[in-house]
Amino acid sequence: MHWLWVSAVCVLSGSVFAASDSTWEMESMKPDLNDVDSLQRGLALYANFCIGCHSLQYQRYERTADDLGEIPHDLVLDSIIFTDQQIGDYMTTSMSEEDAKNWFGVAPPDLTMVTRVRSPKWVYNFLKTFYVDESRPYGVNNKVFPNVGMPHVLLPLQGISEEVCYGYATIDVIERQGTFHSAAEEGVTDSIDRLQGRELNCPEVRTIPGSGLYSVEEFDQAAFDLANFLHYVSDPSRQQRKALGTWVIGFLVILLVLAYFLNREYWKDIHNDKPD
Amino acid sequence: MTESTNRPSFISRCQNWIDARFPWTDTLNRHAAKYYAPRNFNFWYVFGALAFFVLILQLVTGVWLTMSYVPTSEGAFGSIEYTMREVSFGWLIRYLHSTGASAFFVVVYIHMFRGFAYGSYRSPRELIWLIGMGIYLVLMAEGFFGYLLPWGNMSYWGAQVIVSLVGAIPFFGPDMMEWVRGDFVMSEITLNRFFALHVFALPGALVVLVFVHIVALHHVGSNNPDGIEIKDKKDEKGVPLDGIPFHPYYTVHDFFAIVVFLIIFCAVVFYAPEMFGYFIEKPNFEIANPIKTPEHIAPVWYYTPFYAMLRAATFPLFGIDAKFWGLVVMAGAILIPAALPWLDRSPVRSIRYKGRISKLMLGMLVTSFIVLGYLGTIPPSPFATFTAQVGTMIYFSYFLLMPWYTQREKTKAEPERVTD
Repeated sequence: MHWLWVSAVCVLSGSVFAASDSTWEMESMKPDLNDVDSLQRGLALYANFCIGCHSLQYQRYERTADDLGEIPHDLVLDSIIFTDQQIGDYMTTSMSEEDAKNWFGVAPPDLTMVTRVRSPKWVYNFLKTFYVDESRPYGVNNKVFPNVGMPHVLLPLQGISEEVCYGYATIDVIERQGTFHSAAEEGVTDSIDRLQGRELNCPEVRTIPGSGLYSVEEFDQAAFDLANFLHYVSDPSRQQRKALGTWVIGFLVILLVLAYFLNREYWKDIHNDKPD
Repeated sequence: MTESTNRPSFISRCQNWIDARFPWTDTLNRHAAKYYAPRNFNFWYVFGALAFFVLILQLVTGVWLTMSYVPTSEGAFGSIEYTMREVSFGWLIRYLHSTGASAFFVVVYIHMFRGFAYGSYRSPRELIWLIGMGIYLVLMAEGFFGYLLPWGNMSYWGAQVIVSLVGAIPFFGPDMMEWVRGDFVMSEITLNRFFALHVFALPGALVVLVFVHIVALHHVGSNNPDGIEIKDKKDEKGVPLDGIPFHPYYTVHDFFAIVVFLIIFCAVVFYAPEMFGYFIEKPNFEIANPIKTPEHIAPVWYYTPFYAMLRAATFPLFGIDAKFWGLVVMAGAILIPAALPWLDRSPVRSIRYKGRISKLMLGMLVTSFIVLGYLGTIPPSPFATFTAQVGTMIYFSYFLLMPWYTQREKTKAEPERVTD
């Protein structure tokens, strides 16, 4: 049977290498649902930059306000809801689907569960990796979601970002450390070369300092807050679930002890009267 | 002495009243207090009770889910989110049900393994085994139909892939596919009929089959890890010497097992209900979209061993498409355990007294099943397909070679009485 185990191990280890679908190496991001400040900032950013196009159609304002540190409803109505929606309404966009299709070619997806379909890490990296690409309709492209059909909405905050490319002839980045040029400077205009260059040798996106409202650190935090907020929205009872789980399992452990002694008490008769 | 102290208590008067009209006490005795089970049940014998417990759990949580579920293509996905967000403890009911589905298969697979190992299918328990196979088939159908109901994108495409298998049947395939779906594509009509089957027809069938399974078991008596009949040795009252009343001994035993099970089960429900995409897959958080295929379609883990065997059939035969032979292999793999009572020719029942080949074959069966289960979750590759083909051969050889190796190998002598 040993050879079977060997083959099982081979198959398992093979899958580790086969499993990635994007070549972009994503930065790690661990959401923190206990950070209410971050979640509130995420909500504010979402209301200001995202909800114009992207609904959270299964989530209500009221629930969000109550869950994220009991935000007063008046405050939400004043500074989060910019339409005539009520506090008990779902957090939907006011853009009609038909208009959206006309303007963008495709209706922007609902984002209620984007972090469950993708991951909070994906959202975080997506928000951070827009870069200038004149070949795209909105002048920007994205590293995590290549050829994405949306503009870089957070550009005023982040500023202008460019991809950092290493000469596409040299694959070994380490050797050419410090001598990076943008793809345009290298004179790479051919589309196939550009594509190859992007996949192999453009492993960074850099923001031009001072071109945005936020510093790099501040923008990182903003991207984190948004991803964190969307992680909350994807399953708003997550915190309640985990808190309740502790009690339930605690109860079960006590019950286990009782069940153990009950079982032992009854089985004493059987064990005492063993046949030989 | 006053009259009142002599009068039977209220409870026993109620009992007498009922017993005069319905065999209540008699039934309890027959199936619990005077049902004599072997005294040597071990760890593997708790999974029947656990399966029963999970069945109840699924029935109860299912009723509550149905209260908020909308079986339409427009409303289904949203109604699940409504349950998750706005129904009090709706998230708990939903996760109990979705985790319960996986737990059902975990305990049923282990329960079946117990039967394999200790020869529980051997005479006179063939019918218990066949009824059990019936339960297993209904359970697979139940899981399949239920998986479509959230109307997520993986629900949709998973069902699409499985239903399209029917289309591989020569001549009648395409028409049958239409008949199963009730439409030319997966649609609301399909959803409606799957809903009807999932919440009404199949649970009903399950309950009836489980009832019959237990009645048959209590009629012939339980097998045990030694695979010997405890009824062969009885005391003067007709009670098997190695038998002990199911109640209280095994009820307290099973209660303990249920608590252990619940601790593990609740850890998943409360801390990892998606089980890293194995219990609820990521694309299922997106509404069904007929024009957007998920990157990688795989069934839920409990079908993946059979799915891997389906994909392992890669060449056409007799001018019929490989897909059809895949379907045949898969159906064969699911059904072949039903033949075990007639394939096993060993003079002994239990793996404890069978020979080396039986032990090796059982080990290989379990290993191939697990490896195939893993292969069914990953995208196909030449190496994976080859491994799946080898795994499929091993799986089938356990059954098909059984008449040969169980007769040929040297077995150990069974003990007179059960061992502790």
